[in-house]
Amino acid sequence: MKTLREVGIGETVSVLKIHGDGPLRRHLMDMGITKGCSIFVRKVAPLGDPVEITIRGYELSLRKSEAEIIEVQ
Amino acid sequence: MSMKVALAGNPNCGKTTLFNKLTGASQRVGNWPGVTIDKKVGRIRGTDGAELVDTPGIYSLSPYSPEEIVTRNFLLEENPDVIINIVDATNIERNLFLTLQILDIGIPTVVALNMMDAVAKNGGSVDAKALSERLGCPVVPISALKNDGVKELIETVIATGESKKAPGFVKMSDGIEGLVAQAASELSGKVPEKSARWYAVKLIENDSMVCEKFSAERQNLTGPITTIENDCDDDIDAIISDARYNAIGDIVDGIVVRPDISTSEGTFSDKVDRIVTHRIWGIPIFIGVLAIVFLGIIGFGDIVGIGTYLTDLLNDYIEDPIGTSLVQWCIDNNVSEPLTGLITSALIGGVGAVIGFLPQMLVLFLALCILEDIGYMARIAFVMDRVFRFFGLSGKSFIPILVGTGCGVPGIMATRTIESDRDRRITAMSVTFIPCGAKLPIIALIAGALFDNNGFVALFAYLLGIVVILMSGIILKKWKSLSGEPAPFIMELPPYHLPSIFGVIKGTLDRGWAFVKKAGTIILLAAIVIWFLASFDWSFNYLGADATTESILQSIGQGICVIFQPLGWGDHWELTVGSITGLIAKENLVGTLGTLFAIDDPGDAGEEYWEILASIVTPAAGLAFLVFNLLCAPCFAAIGAMHRELGSWKATGLAVLYQCVLAYAVAAIIYVLGSFIDGKSPEVSGIVMAVIAVICLGYLLIAKDPFLQNRSSADKSEGAESA
Repeated sequence: MKTLREVGIGETVSVLKIHGDGPLRRHLMDMGITKGCSIFVRKVAPLGDPVEITIRGYELSLRKSEAEIIEVQ
Repeated sequence: MSMKVALAGNPNCGKTTLFNKLTGASQRVGNWPGVTIDKKVGRIRGTDGAELVDTPGIYSLSPYSPEEIVTRNFLLEENPDVIINIVDATNIERNLFLTLQILDIGIPTVVALNMMDAVAKNGGSVDAKALSERLGCPVVPISALKNDGVKELIETVIATGESKKAPGFVKMSDGIEGLVAQAASELSGKVPEKSARWYAVKLIENDSMVCEKFSAERQNLTGPITTIENDCDDDIDAIISDARYNAIGDIVDGIVVRPDISTSEGTFSDKVDRIVTHRIWGIPIFIGVLAIVFLGIIGFGDIVGIGTYLTDLLNDYIEDPIGTSLVQWCIDNNVSEPLTGLITSALIGGVGAVIGFLPQMLVLFLALCILEDIGYMARIAFVMDRVFRFFGLSGKSFIPILVGTGCGVPGIMATRTIESDRDRRITAMSVTFIPCGAKLPIIALIAGALFDNNGFVALFAYLLGIVVILMSGIILKKWKSLSGEPAPFIMELPPYHLPSIFGVIKGTLDRGWAFVKKAGTIILLAAIVIWFLASFDWSFNYLGADATTESILQSIGQGICVIFQPLGWGDHWELTVGSITGLIAKENLVGTLGTLFAIDDPGDAGEEYWEILASIVTPAAGLAFLVFNLLCAPCFAAIGAMHRELGSWKATGLAVLYQCVLAYAVAAIIYVLGSFIDGKSPEVSGIVMAVIAVICLGYLLIAKDPFLQNRSSADKSEGAESA
């Protein structure tokens, strides 16, 4: 299973599934991360975490530990 | 009866700007029940008193964050006549995700399509008329910043409210609509009819609050939901979210023309962002910005910050002519001596100190408002998150601490931007560990009297503040009321833009006024109490203004100074009394010691009695005295601010107790270590206390988080499930 955490900077991927449960999963979906949408990994913060992604035309930051539950291809 | 209108929308979509444009000056700020979120209410201009309620910025009507719950409850239970849903046209898909849920509630709704100017500038467009048809509610294109379309919006809102016409709703796929109809019939008669669709969809997508209320009805739907879940090979909440976004895709199809931005160049915002959060340059730029803000406002060494300069100017003015002429007036009018003393110490010394601090605060607020308005604040949190997460907090905790270097009161108030309740409380309890402007004279006093004016004392004070804050992040979350899931860091990074002058000025003045109200009222009360203790003896004979010997305060000081024996300064009750008067405003400590050492004009950093101080305490004990006063209970104004954020006096009392005990423990350790380094033998009680302190602190830092157990086991089962 490939997760968003493993995606390199500058790559674009498509979301397969969000794992986990509870508020975190719900929050990710509310922010527009749903099946089939494309995510562009823009950059990593200077200290290596969190990451900044472009999704549905806006910028979102999330930690690598949170990116880990997003399965992509 | 006049109309009640709710304003709802995503964060960063211009909601505050629109609220200001709609209501003008007629605003009141209150609190939503049970949570520390501002509730702003105002009257809409040009109407017969239609009331506008600003709901907190949210992305969805989920039942998790306090903002979401407050907004849900308001829209469903308070029955506003109209909802204005503000939608950022530059980010239309994610904004419509909330719109779809709002329409389901069935209250007449008007969509205010904001930032249409920005869309047009980049060559994009949105067909508002077509959008209105597809959503089934009026859509008014506006630019809140430029005041375009606001008048039309008001007219549409009033007309919609009068017509009482329920909005349409946006259909999802047929399979899901069938399920929604089934859920609606299950709920029929149990929920308000107009909001039946909202409840039905929430019941299907496992909304915890709705499902708890209607668990039997949810049970009856298990069969058809499982069928759909199997068909789609996903969980039902994800299926519904997908369905909403698919419906949004259909809505925007053909009517939204996106700005043409080539990916290689990017927008203005992209170019700025590439520089300021650069992998290598990000942190130096960040430190540079901080240094400019800090030096510009507070100053350091020979550099006088503009805020400090203005504050000194105003302070001098309050002292003379205002203070002196007030005293003269009292003498001329035969005001009794105690009353004159009360006026000088409580009014001039207490409230005057707050007012005198105002210029510095205003400059600080201005800088922060600009940084926030241009979008840099979110990037600060982005850059700093890694550091704070290690200690159980998030990058958002950095901003209150930054503000706290100026003054703890706005620092504590700034914790309000932290969404996670737990992080906000821990941060509010730790902000005052960082030396604020009023603690600088104490640092200067100790550095001057005992350390030959060495600049490292100040550096030590700031570093200690940061270390103690980070330590508190680890320690405090091991308490039950502050435990819980580490808050996620899923944060929108809004595009950079030029600051709006009106918004920045309004934000600055609002915060300045809140500061004066907060600090001024509490300080007045506290100053009266301390004045009384310092000016009267036990038979209530008036002794003369302020901390005169023989006063009640002196005997209190003499009574309790023994507890500071292990810190090396317990033999001198003057220092204890100074610590008590420091609770009014920390810099008072310096003046009080002057009075007690019988020095008339001790100077800003007590220069005139440096020798006396050096003769009664060792450098190690002096440092322990400094550390205790930096970390212990902050001034009363900050305690009051903490009370507002923590919500109860019990929690506030515990927080102050924590601060005092921690201050005592750290000061004991510093005293003993310092004494050994200095080649002097510390008090035996100090060694005992320091050993106890090291053991306790060590235990609290290393001990396993008792609430982590549940989390890691939950993680494991989740891992097993996905594998």
